[in-house]
This record gives sequence, C-alpha cells and structure tokens, in this order.
Amino acid sequence: MSSTKHFMEISQEIIASEYHKKIKDAFEVFDHEANNTVDVREIGTIIRSLGCCPSEGELHDLIAEVEEEEPTGYIRFEKFLPVMTEVLLERRYRPIPEDTLLRAFEVLDPSKRGFLTKEELIKYMTEEGEPFSQEEMEEMLSAAIDPESNSIHYKDYIAMMVVDDS
Amino acid sequence: MGSGTSNQRHFAFQNAEKAFRAAALIQRWYRRYVARLEMRRHCTWRIFQSIEYAGQQDQVKLHDFFSYLVEHFTPSSNHERDFLNRVFTEERFPQDAEMEKFSDYKSIEVPDNYTGPRLSFPLLPDHAAALVEAFRRKQQLHARYVLNLLHETRKHLEQLPNITRVSTCYSEEVTVCGDLHGQLDDLIFIFYKNGLPSPERAYVFNGDFVDRGKDSVEILMVLFAFMLVYPKEFHLNRGNHEDHMVNLRYGFTKEVMHKYKTHGKKILKTLQDVFCWLPLATLVDEKVLILHGGVSDMTDLELLAKLDRHKIVSTLRRKTRKENGKQATKEKATPPSGAGRPTPWFLPQTRSLPASPLRLGASGAPRAGRSSSIPCSCPADAKEPARRARRSVDLELDRCRRQAGLPVSPAQGEPLLCTPEADSEAEEPPEPTQEEWKQVVDILWSDPMTQDGCKANTIRGGGCYFGPNVTEQLLQKYNLQFLIRSHECKPEGYEFCHSRKVLTIFSASNYYEVGSNRGAYVKLGPALTPYIVQYQANEATHTLTMRQRISRVEEAALRSLREKLFAHSSDLLGEFKKHDADKTGFITLSDWAEAVESVLRLGLPWRMLRPQLVRSSTDNTLEYRSWLEDLAKEQLSHENIQSSLLETLYQNRSNLETIFRIIDSDHSGFISLDEFRQTWKLFSSHMNVDITDDCICDLARSIDFNKDGHIDINEFLEAFRLVEQSCPEGEASDCRQATSTTDGGCSKPGTH
Repeated sequence: MSSTKHFMEISQEIIASEYHKKIKDAFEVFDHEANNTVDVREIGTIIRSLGCCPSEGELHDLIAEVEEEEPTGYIRFEKFLPVMTEVLLERRYRPIPEDTLLRAFEVLDPSKRGFLTKEELIKYMTEEGEPFSQEEMEEMLSAAIDPESNSIHYKDYIAMMVVDDS
Repeated sequence: MGSGTSNQRHFAFQNAEKAFRAAALIQRWYRRYVARLEMRRHCTWRIFQSIEYAGQQDQVKLHDFFSYLVEHFTPSSNHERDFLNRVFTEERFPQDAEMEKFSDYKSIEVPDNYTGPRLSFPLLPDHAAALVEAFRRKQQLHARYVLNLLHETRKHLEQLPNITRVSTCYSEEVTVCGDLHGQLDDLIFIFYKNGLPSPERAYVFNGDFVDRGKDSVEILMVLFAFMLVYPKEFHLNRGNHEDHMVNLRYGFTKEVMHKYKTHGKKILKTLQDVFCWLPLATLVDEKVLILHGGVSDMTDLELLAKLDRHKIVSTLRRKTRKENGKQATKEKATPPSGAGRPTPWFLPQTRSLPASPLRLGASGAPRAGRSSSIPCSCPADAKEPARRARRSVDLELDRCRRQAGLPVSPAQGEPLLCTPEADSEAEEPPEPTQEEWKQVVDILWSDPMTQDGCKANTIRGGGCYFGPNVTEQLLQKYNLQFLIRSHECKPEGYEFCHSRKVLTIFSASNYYEVGSNRGAYVKLGPALTPYIVQYQANEATHTLTMRQRISRVEEAALRSLREKLFAHSSDLLGEFKKHDADKTGFITLSDWAEAVESVLRLGLPWRMLRPQLVRSSTDNTLEYRSWLEDLAKEQLSHENIQSSLLETLYQNRSNLETIFRIIDSDHSGFISLDEFRQTWKLFSSHMNVDITDDCICDLARSIDFNKDGHIDINEFLEAFRLVEQSCPEGEASDCRQATSTTDGGCSKPGTH
C-alpha cells in the first residue's frame, strides 16, 4: 500500500517538475528584463498558452492569487509558479472541445441557418457574455467573416481555426 | 394566463441565459486562440532577436580569436609570418594628403552611354528629388557623382557642431526617422507619405542608414543630397552602423564593392571619413534630445559638444588617427605588453570592449547563456610571439610608409613602451581620451531597460542598459522634456518607455522578415507633442489576417532556427547521447529541450517552440538521430562535402566572412587557396576543431570551381545559403571528383 502511495507521490513530483519547466519557459517569453517578473497584463496570455482556457472572471481570480499584497503591476515568478502548477495538476480550465463550441454557435442561430450575420455576431460578442473590446471584435471579424455574404459560416470557421491551432 | 406569462418569461429568461452562456463560451475560446497566437508571435520575435544579438556577440568572439592569435601563435615559417603580418598589418587611416587622392573624382570619366542620374553642384532641390525618382526606378549613380557628392558632404559636415540645434520656429514641424538599414523602400515611402524635405518640413534621420538592407548606398546618396540642398532643415545623426568596422560584417562593405567594382575602395575610404564627421546628436527647441542609442549615467552633453568627433573613427575600437607619422596612443594604464606601438589594429587599444561603470544589477547576465566573453584585461607579461608579431607589424608599417613616400617612423629601435603624452603638445589636438570615447560609445550603443540603474550592455558588447532614473537624471540636469532614440527594432515601429520620457523610433519595416514589424516616424510641432505615423512598406501584408502574418514571419524565424540547429549537429548529437545512457536511440522531449539550450545557448523558450521543430511520437519521445538527419537533408545540397566540416564552417560563417574580408585587403573579392587554408588552420586551432589539412585542401579545391587557385569569397559563402547551389552543369563531374576525399595529395602550404 505504502509503496503504491510512494510511487504515486514520485510520479506527481516528476509531473510537477515537468510542469515547472513548461511554466518557466512560457513565463520567460514575457520576462523582458530577465528579472523573473512579467507585466500583469501578459499573465492571461501565459496561462492560456499553457493549455488552459479560463474565462475573464476566472482569470481575474487567478491574478488576484498571484499578485503582490500591494499590486505593483508586475507578477513575480515565485508566486506564479506554485499557483500555476496546481492549475495544471488539477487540470483546471480545460480547453473547449470542438463540438461544444459548435453547439454554442447553434444556440445563437436558433433557426439553424448554419451562419450568423456580421451584425448578429457583433451584437452577441460585444453585448453578451464577457464582451469583446473593439479591437478583439475587429480582429475576429477579419478572419471569420466571408466578405461576399457578410456572414460567418461557423462550422467552416471552427474547422479552420482548429486546424490552425494544432 | 398568469402561469402562461410567467412560463413565457421563464422561457425567455432561459433563452437569454443560454445565449449569454453561449456567447461567453465563444469568447472564452477565442481569447485562448488569440493568446496562443500572441505567444507564437513573441517566440518568433525572440528567435530573431537572439540570433541577431548572437551575431553581434560573434564580433566579440572575433576579438577573442585575434587576441588568441597574438598571444599564442608562433609563426613557424616565413610564409606563415607573412600571412600573419597581412592579417595584423595596421590599417592605415589615410592622412589628409592621401584623403584628397581618395576622394578625387575629377579624374573619373563618365561614359557617354551612362543613362543614370547626373549631379551638378551646387545641388538644387530638383536634383535631389530627381535622385529619389531615379533610385526608385532602380538606376545606379555613377561612381564619379558618388565621390563628388561625398566630397561636398564632407565639406558641409565639417562645419557642423557635434550637437545640432533645431528650432520649430523656422520649420513648423520636425519629422524624426529611425533606423533604415539600407531599406530604400521605406525611405521612399516616408517621403511619399510625409512629403519631401523642404524649408517647412524639417527632417532628422537618427542613424543606422546602412547595413543589412540592399540599398544602403542609395539611401546615403539621398540623405546627403537633401542635406546639401536644405542644410538648415535636414539633419543626420551618426548611428553605430556608420562605422567601417561594423560595415565589414553587416553587408555595407559588400554592397559597395559589388555595385562599384572599380571605385568601390575609394568610395569606402571616403565614407570612412564622412561617417566620422556626422553629428552625434540633435536638440529640438532645447527640449527634445535625439540620439541613436541612448544615454548612460555618465553622459555629459557639454563634453560631447566639445570633443573632436572626427577622431572617433570606429566605436568598435578606440583607434586613433595617426597624425604626422606619430603613433602615440593615450593609454591611462600602461599594460606591460606595450600599448605605445600599434596593437593589431582590430583589437581595442584598451584591450577591453567599451563598458560603462559596472553595476551588474541583481539579474547579472541579461539572458541565460548569453554571456559574451569580453576580453577584459591584457596578459600579464609580454609573450614572445606577441612581441614578434608586433615587431613584424612595425616592419610592415615601415614598408608601407616607404611605399607611400612618407617619412619612416622614427620609432624604430625604440622600446615597446607607451610614448609619453608630451607628444600631444604638437599642433594636433589631443587624441580622443578614454572618457571621450566612452561618451560617444554610450550614446551610440545603449539601450533602455525598465529597472533603475545603469549596467554594461553585455549583449551588444558596447554602451550600457540605462534605467528610468538615469533618464530622469539626464532630463533634469539639462532641462529637457524627453529623449528620442532608435537602435532597437520594435514590432509597432515605435515604443515609449520610462513613463513616456523615452521614445524609440524605428523606420525599417519588415526588418527581420516580411510582416515582422511596422516602421514608424514621429512628428514634432511647436508644442513638441509626438505624433506617430506607422507603416509597412509591403502591400502583401495588409491583406493578411493576423494569423497569416504571424505564420509567415514565424516560418522565416523557424527556418533560421533550423539552420542554427543544423550548424550544431555534432554537438547536439553528443548532448543527446548523454541523455540516452541506455543507447536506446530515444530521448524524452524534455531532455531534448535541455540539450538544445545547452548547446545553442540562445535563451529561447524551447518547450514553447518544440511543436514547430519536432514531430513527436505519442509517448513524448524523440528518435534523435533521424531528427538530426531530417535537419541535415533540409540544409545540405553538396552531399559529398564532409558534413561535419561543412557544419563547422556553417556555424562560423559570419566570422569567416569577416575574416576573409579583412584578409582581402584590396577588396578584390578573391583570396588565394593558400590564404584560405591558412585562415582556416588558424581559426580551427583556436576553435579546437579537429580538421586535417587534407580535408581543408579538398574543400578549398572543390570550391575553386574554375581551378585558377583563387576562391571567390561570395561564392564560398553562398554555398552555405539555403538556396540550392549547383555546379555549372558541364563541370559537375569535375566538382564531385575534387570533393572526393579519396583524392590524395593536396598541395603543401607554401607550394602551389
């Protein structure tokens, strides 16, 4: 019994140490001064590129955990590492599977046309959920909208993005 | 019915909630997608930057190499000594009389069939505009006009102070542009979008006009022409690339020799002088300071204004001009190995690279694995070979002097000691002091950092990193509002830092690769509020989405990276084997990342890059030999050349190129097989590379395609590019025979 437990602990350790290296690499990309700090505004990017998919709200909670008592605008690696390791070990904020994403679009398209108009997309993305900024909206439109029909055929869109992502 | 409407309401509420949640899910997913693109973009940037800076570090390594030669290499034959002398012969900075000869253009005839632009002096605004148009149509300016223009330029620059003063009273607006690096398209675009220079439209170009891009000559011609036409409104600052030593390495020298085969050397010599006369900084309304690199905590504008900027020939070495045959160099410390006699010219006289007062901050070396070995102190005792090398240098110098008809140095027979500073009492003003030189290096090479303080810029090998407090200190001391500088490529073409007190402006768009970055320029009106205009001089990029743009640039970065990986194949194999004690042929991906970083030392986030570089198997392991083979297949086109030798040469090609250009002192573009072998032998012993003479012979002969005993440098280096290099068809079989290592009997050194 104890040897199994021991084995499990060691595996955890190995996995954790693997995660440490991954987290360190991702962190260092934004550590412009090589002093183990990153701008708090980059934390979202770092967390997401490590495979997590938190909502904005969840992100804010996470940032609160890793911030200094007196927020400096910078996050230190020493605080970030243990929190992020836990997140990875617990497999929190899992990415969204393709079919779930598809169903979400279908909710916004109740008449099942297979597409959303540009206006509809803009309305949903900027007024519902955790609204996009104008920049985010423009960027999404540039890739998503089929200029001839001025609409987004979401099934194709998803397929394209998913391939790109892998 | 009551329950009906409440049902309806409930239903509506549920639908609304579902829509809300669906939207939130899509947004959440999209933001992750964008974040991953961001990460890729940053990684790509890091790749380019670290390769670029590693190249700059190579320059440092080159200094190491030559130091090594001076200290350890004993020529074992006359032949070798002669060769060494050639490498070590002090490059003579032309005396004024000679200078006239070099910039003599009147004797150059322009053929009747020349259809390019013609210049007559004094230049008129129309001429300058016509010049831009001619270059836009890809015409080339004849050497005679080039030299004429340079001659006039120098005359003009000599009158200018070190720090140019500009006022927005006269021209309503001042446009400041950053690095152009030979990218003529960007300059043309700026003039197109912002307007040509005029009395109402002042311009300041903040250095680094040349190197890397392919039209450095044309850029200089345009800039100098406008400066002559509008001397009050058109201003230039010197950058760290306005320096013939740097040009040797980064392409400008090559470009000039290629475009001007007959008169290129003259042009280069003249430019050497012109560069030294460029002003060091510009001050707008006494409030905005514009200079190329940055500042240090020791920056002293009064000193900078006073010093003789013309004496600072190159910021890479504190070379002094030799006036009247004197070779006095002012040395604060007198290293026992003797500093009075000319040290090999490419070595900094102080035997150390410029550095500001060292206060290595908490983080020490800026990036992991990026420590450059800066030669810091000179050897404790004068080694015999060093003395001998210097002795032969003296002899060589005397020979040159005799050839030129100048008085032979009276110093023959004098001990190898520092000449007393009493020499400086002669007519000539004092040589640049260590202090003066450092001031100039600091403003041309420094970069801002976010931490407070001031520490040596070990990545560049010159200048320092300066923090917000240094900026603040300087602004207060001289009652300035903010600083404009260039020197660093920024994705958006510009960047504010130090609470908007420092503005970096960079005008070479697509610097690393098409789509890599925008260029920008900044306009200042009387209120001195910076107004920034961005652009990207390539239409193709506009139509791409962010995703596509990033992919393109990323591909280019990855290609460069794979090149580098290939160049280190043997080392990588060794490192991989260390992680594979059981000799299974497999290593984990984590081991891969560690091994690659320990060999390449680029400080890159390998685990983030891994998916783009390695096709992993399902169990997260890598069969490393086939991975290395795949890399090689991509890079190698000449399969017959021994891959390890090729690899080593490839790894060192930047250094090799620089060395070759130094050896090819007449800029002919050729070196003899012998010289090639000598060079390689010296270089490989320094690098501890195990290459036999036979292999070198074979390689040399295989490259000498027309078998005339000479190697065309450019072709040799082209062999290492990714473009397929194939022998001319008829000689294909000949080539292959020459490369076969079973071919015995290479010629011994000294015979031909």
